[in-house]
Amino acid sequence: MRERRPVAGEVGASIALILLALAALWQTSVIPVSPIYARVGPALFPWIASSGLLLIGLLLLVQALRGGFGVERNPEIDWRATAWVAAGLAANAALIGTAGFVFAAVALFAAVARGFGSTQPVRDLGIGAVIALACYYGFEKLLGVNIGAGLLEGLI
Amino acid sequence: METLAALAGGFATALTPTHLLFAFAGCFLGTAVGVLPGIGPALTVALLLPITFQVPATSAFILFAGVYYGAMYGGSTTSILLNTPGESATIITALEGHRMARAGRAGPALATAAIGSFVAGTIATAALTFFAPVVVELALKLGPAEYFSLMVVAFVAVSAVLGASALRGLASLFLGLILGIVGIDLQTGQPRFTFGMIEFLDGIEVTIVAVGLFAVAETLHLATRRKHGKDEILPVQGSLWLSREDWGRSWKPWLRGACLGFPFGAIPAGGSELPTFLSYYMERKLSQRPEEFGRGAIEGVAGPEAANNASAAGVLMPMLTLGLPTSVTAAIMLSAFQSYGIQPGPMLFQTQGELVWGLIASLYVGNVMLLVLNLPLVGLWVRILTIPTPQLYGGILVFATIGAYGVSNSVVDLLVMYAVGIVGLGMKRYDFPVAPAVIGMILGPLAEQAFRQALTIAQGDMTTFLTRPISASFLAVALLLAFGPRLWRAWQVARAASA
Repeated sequence: MRERRPVAGEVGASIALILLALAALWQTSVIPVSPIYARVGPALFPWIASSGLLLIGLLLLVQALRGGFGVERNPEIDWRATAWVAAGLAANAALIGTAGFVFAAVALFAAVARGFGSTQPVRDLGIGAVIALACYYGFEKLLGVNIGAGLLEGLI
Repeated sequence: METLAALAGGFATALTPTHLLFAFAGCFLGTAVGVLPGIGPALTVALLLPITFQVPATSAFILFAGVYYGAMYGGSTTSILLNTPGESATIITALEGHRMARAGRAGPALATAAIGSFVAGTIATAALTFFAPVVVELALKLGPAEYFSLMVVAFVAVSAVLGASALRGLASLFLGLILGIVGIDLQTGQPRFTFGMIEFLDGIEVTIVAVGLFAVAETLHLATRRKHGKDEILPVQGSLWLSREDWGRSWKPWLRGACLGFPFGAIPAGGSELPTFLSYYMERKLSQRPEEFGRGAIEGVAGPEAANNASAAGVLMPMLTLGLPTSVTAAIMLSAFQSYGIQPGPMLFQTQGELVWGLIASLYVGNVMLLVLNLPLVGLWVRILTIPTPQLYGGILVFATIGAYGVSNSVVDLLVMYAVGIVGLGMKRYDFPVAPAVIGMILGPLAEQAFRQALTIAQGDMTTFLTRPISASFLAVALLLAFGPRLWRAWQVARAASA
């Protein structure tokens, strides 16, 4: 076995799991249990699940500190691409309830395409608009599924 | 005889124009998502879940099954022409298939994959037809304690056996179990894991978690490690008609692949990757021309392709007879059953006979449709492969939004999907498998229900799981699955050291 330095991300992932498990344990402790169900109550299974996750998280932390998970090293994060995708997702969430599905979808589509290296933003906006309108028409008008009405949708 | 009569009834259901249309739509869509790298049947079925509010159950399941089967066919096209597997079950196909395509034999590779899928898919569907009623008979004898222990076997199998690390698989499973607990406890009406928010009282929708993991996390993951440059798509060269020699070299691997794939899909330690690997190694061992392997041996495409389709049919067996999904797509189909208020399990064959047999019959029909869709129409799928990555992922996220937001028009749902996506990104980055999380989330509540019923019957006595013989043997199998491979390896190491 070759000595490996712990990978910061792996330690971080283990700690995140432990924190999640602790949050779950806290939520388990606040489940009200009526004495009638004391033995097989609503909290038993959550106790098992959260303490199980805590145990696994701790074991993973030990593994991460003692040489790592032994998986292939990840390449450097491409921050520019990631930021574009994240921005698209954020714009989508911000716009869908206010400006409506079509605007939200166009923004999302163009930003993600940009993140993945498209160099023609105007064309992407156009393609995004066609897809968004087609989806809106298909879901809203044909299937009757409401996918987010807004400014433009009111006019159609 | 009874089975044949039921199957005939099933064909009467499946061959109505509406259901033929649903089967065709499913097969078409399934092939398309199978061809496209990055999206698969699980995501597609998750996105289609809202139609359960619109159409009758039989039609919805015929559609879902078409998608599931279709993706197995479509994935091979991508593996052969692009060397990027469209689906995890077609990784092995790329080994020999892509070499064949490089040598100008893409046509025969595609043909042996499609015909092999058809042959094995049909054999496995027939096996499903005749074994399912037998399993139902046995399953009717199982009580809650046995059910719980059987689910433990499935949990161990999907998280600890497949995949690189048992610990990371289990972490994913437990995350799923915790997600499944969120919401109101059905037995006592107590809110659990809601952090005091009303939005969580109804629990977290399967669609949102599945789409978060398979669309958002996948896109983010690809964005963080974006490759510059393009994959090269090879042209379809060579005849799509197999030569006499190709037939001769293909038919045995097809049959062997079918025999490997079905049982691996059917036992709760399923998964469709394992049988494809086994089939590949078997064909290489049995081949009279082992030197051709690695340079485009047709057996190496025929066997694994047959195996993955047979395993797809195999997975439907525990899912329909026991209500036990062993793949992500099957788990999501199980949640579709729940949204119709149908409980899959042995009773399904009695209470929903028309649905089950209609579904099984439509699998035979779907296989025929897929053979036609995938051979003569291969040119269409090659065109789909040319959709550039930027627009493909932009489109995937737009559809993901529709899937998440369309459920209840809530931005909270959308944000939960993003949160799941970010967790999923971390999981992908550090090689945690995501399938156990989805299966845990869907199967977890059912396991809890069985657990509590068993304990109530036993008046709170935990040993009930160990004192009932069938339950105890299931738990022993689970232990063996979890620790067997490790002990075996340790023993081998010890033996090698002493020798």
